[in-house]
Amino acid sequence: MEVIIWLIPISLFLGGLGLIAFIWSVRTNQYDDPQGNSQRILSDQWDEHPKP
Amino acid sequence: MGQAVSISACPACSAAPLAEETAQRALSDAQITLSLPGIHCAACMDTVEQALMGQPGVRQARVNLTLKRAQVQAEPAVTAADLIPAVQAAGYEVHELDAGTIAATATDRAGRDLLMRLAVAGFASMNVMLLSVSVWSGAEDATRDLFHWISAAITLPAIGFCAQPFFRNAFSALKVGRLNMDVPISLAILLALVTSLWETMLSGEHAYFDAALTLTFFLLAGRYLDHRTRAVARSAAEELTALELPRATVLRDGQEQQLPISEVVLGDLILVRPGARSPVDGEITEGHSELDRSLLTGETLPVPAAPGQPISAGEVNLTGPLTLRATAVGRDSSLHRMADLVAIAESGRSRYTPLADRAAKLYAPGVHILSALAFLGWLAWTGDFRLALNIAAAVLIITCPCALGLAVPAVTTAASGRLFRRGMLIKHETALERLSAVDTVVFDKTGTLTAGTPTPVNLEALTEADRALALALAHGSSHPLSVALTGAISGDAAPVTDLREVPGFGTEAQLNGETVRLGRAAWLGAEPGAQTATWLQRGQGTPVEIRFTDSLRPGAAQAVADLKAQGIRVLLLSGDSAGAVGDLARTLGIDEWQAGALPGDKAARIAALQEQGHSVLMVGDGLNDTAALTSADVSISPASALDAARVASDIVLLGGDLTPIPGALTTASRATRRIRENFRIATLYNVIAVPLAVAGLCSPLIAALAMSASSVTVSLNALRLR
Repeated sequence: MEVIIWLIPISLFLGGLGLIAFIWSVRTNQYDDPQGNSQRILSDQWDEHPKP
Repeated sequence: MGQAVSISACPACSAAPLAEETAQRALSDAQITLSLPGIHCAACMDTVEQALMGQPGVRQARVNLTLKRAQVQAEPAVTAADLIPAVQAAGYEVHELDAGTIAATATDRAGRDLLMRLAVAGFASMNVMLLSVSVWSGAEDATRDLFHWISAAITLPAIGFCAQPFFRNAFSALKVGRLNMDVPISLAILLALVTSLWETMLSGEHAYFDAALTLTFFLLAGRYLDHRTRAVARSAAEELTALELPRATVLRDGQEQQLPISEVVLGDLILVRPGARSPVDGEITEGHSELDRSLLTGETLPVPAAPGQPISAGEVNLTGPLTLRATAVGRDSSLHRMADLVAIAESGRSRYTPLADRAAKLYAPGVHILSALAFLGWLAWTGDFRLALNIAAAVLIITCPCALGLAVPAVTTAASGRLFRRGMLIKHETALERLSAVDTVVFDKTGTLTAGTPTPVNLEALTEADRALALALAHGSSHPLSVALTGAISGDAAPVTDLREVPGFGTEAQLNGETVRLGRAAWLGAEPGAQTATWLQRGQGTPVEIRFTDSLRPGAAQAVADLKAQGIRVLLLSGDSAGAVGDLARTLGIDEWQAGALPGDKAARIAALQEQGHSVLMVGDGLNDTAALTSADVSISPASALDAARVASDIVLLGGDLTPIPGALTTASRATRRIRENFRIATLYNVIAVPLAVAGLCSPLIAALAMSASSVTVSLNALRLR
C-alpha cells in the first residue's frame, strides 16, 4: 500500500496538467471558432510554411 | 548566449523588436468587422482572407466561420468601404458591422468565467470521487483519514473558487429578504463542507466532500448551458443591430462628411439620399420627394415631402435627395422618445414569474424546515449534536435542487436550439414558458403580415400600349412602385426619349412628340383614391390608374391558418386605412381587425385582452408597435423590423417567412411540459431518498447515486425535445 504515497500525488499532478492546459486554451481564445478550425485543416494556406 | 543567437540570425529573435513595433502600431490601427452571411467552407475562408489581405493597408484578416464574420486589422486610413468591393468581387455577400455594438459580445467574459469554474469543479470532483470510492470500498483507519484529508485539501479551495456564483446570488437574495434556488444550494454546500471537515478531524466514517463537488459541477453545467443559449441569441441579435450603421451624411462648410449620429448637432444640414432612412428629426430645406412612414405609423401610402415640412427620424426617403436641418438629435428625436415610452410601459416580461422561481418558492422553505426538523428531532432523541448535524447535512444534500437547477436550462437549451435551426432567435430566458400559455395572437399588418413591397393588381385592365409605356416610364425611377412595375410587366418597353424623374411627383418622357407621365394623382390632375396607386397620362389625355396592393409575406396565410387550426384567436391591428386592412383580413380569414390604430390603441387593446384573462402574443415590426410588443405577454418581430421593435420583442424571426410561428407555439408548450416533468422526476427522487436521510440511513454513497441519477435522468428527458 506504500505505493499510494506516490500514486496520489502523481495522479493529482497529471490531472492538474490537463486542467492547466484547458484553462490556457480557454484564455487564448481557442474555442472562438470551432467550425472554422475544423475547416481550416483542409486549407492549403499555412500560417507558417513547413520547413523544407 | 542570447547575444550569440541573435547574431546567428535566428529569425524569431531578429523579428522580436519588429514585433514590439507592430504591437505599438496596432493600438492606432483600424479594427474593421465585416459580416459574411454566405461563407460555409474552407475554400470560402481562404478566398475571403486572401481578397482582404490583397488590399493596400491591410495588416491582418481573419475569418471566423462560426460567427460568419471577418476581423480586419488595417492602417488607420482604411475604411470598410475600401474593403467591401474586394470581397464582393470574390463573389461573397458582405456587410459592415458597427464596431461599437459588436465589441460588447466579442469576448464572452461571463461564459468563459463559468467554463473555467466548471472545468475546475470537474477536475476536483473526479479526483475526490476516486478517493471516496476507495473509502466506500473499505479503506479504514489511517488510510481513510488520509483520503479524507486529501479530499478536504482539494475540495476547500475548489469550492471556494467554483461555487462563488451561487454564494453571491444567495447573499444578494438574502440581503433583500428573499429566498431563491441559490440559498438552499449554498447552504447545502457549506453545511456539507463543515460537517465533513468536522468528521475528518474526529476520524469519522462519513464525509461528503464528493457530494459538495458533484453538486457544484452539475449546477455549474446547468448555469453554463443556460448562459450559452442566451449568449448565442444575444450575439445574433446584436449583429442585426450592428448591421444598421448609425451614420449620417452631414454638410459642413460646404463639404459632405460621414459622421456618427452621436456627433450630429442641432442645426446641422443633413443629406438623405433616396432609399435611406432619416437619422434625425428635422425640417426639409431643399428637395422634393416622397416619404415612407410605414415603420412609424403603419400607413402604406407614401407621403409627399417638400421644403418646410417636418420629417421624423426613421422615415424612409423614396425618390429625390433631400436636405434637412436637424431639429432634434439623439435622445430628443422622436425615435428615442418612442423608445422611452416603451421603457415606462409595464412589460409582460416583468409580470411573469419563471417556473423555476415558483418551484424555488415552494421548495426552498420546505427543504430548510425539513432539515431543521431532522436536526432538532435527532438532537432531542439522542442528545448527540454531531449525529444530528450529520443527518441535517445529509437531508440538505439529498434535497439540494441539483436536478431542479438542470431541469429548466437543459430543456430551454434543447428547445431554443430546435427553434434556432428553424430561424427563430429566443432572446429572453422565460420567452418559451410565456409562449406556451398563449391563446391569442395579435398581428400588425404593414411589414409583418405583408412584405412591405407593393404589387400592381389591375395590369390586365390596361391596354398593351399603356403597359409598354408604363414599363418605359418606370425604368426612370427607383421608387418602390416603379420597381414593382418593372418587375411585373413583361414585354418590350415603349421607345420613349428624354426620360427624367421629377422628384416627389413621378417620371416624364417624350413619345411621338407627346409628353407622357407616370406619377402621383395630384401631379396629373386626377382624383386620388384610398388605395396605393400611380397614374399614367399621355399628353393631355385622361390619366389611367394603376392600383397596388401590398404583397403578403411568405408563409403569412399558412401561419394564420395553422394558428386558427390550433384553436388560437387571431387579431389584426393596423395603423393603415380601413380598405387595405379589411382586404387583407378577408384574404387571410382573420375575423377580428381594426384599422387606423394608433400606437396607444394597440397597447390598450392588448391590455384589454389580458384583462379578460387572455395570454397575448404580439407580432409586429414598426415603431408604432413597440408599446404593444412590450405590454404583450410575449412578442415576436421579424429581422427586418426597426431596431427599437426588435429590442422590445422576446423572439426575432430571422428569415422572411412567418410559418415557424405556429410550430414555435407547439415547441414551447412541449418544452414547458418537459420542464414540469423534470420537476416531477426530481421530486420523485427526493420522495425516495429523503426518508432514508431523515432516518439516518443515508451514506455518502447513496447521496452520490441519488444525485447523479436524478441529474442524468433530467438531462436525458430534456434531450427528447430535439
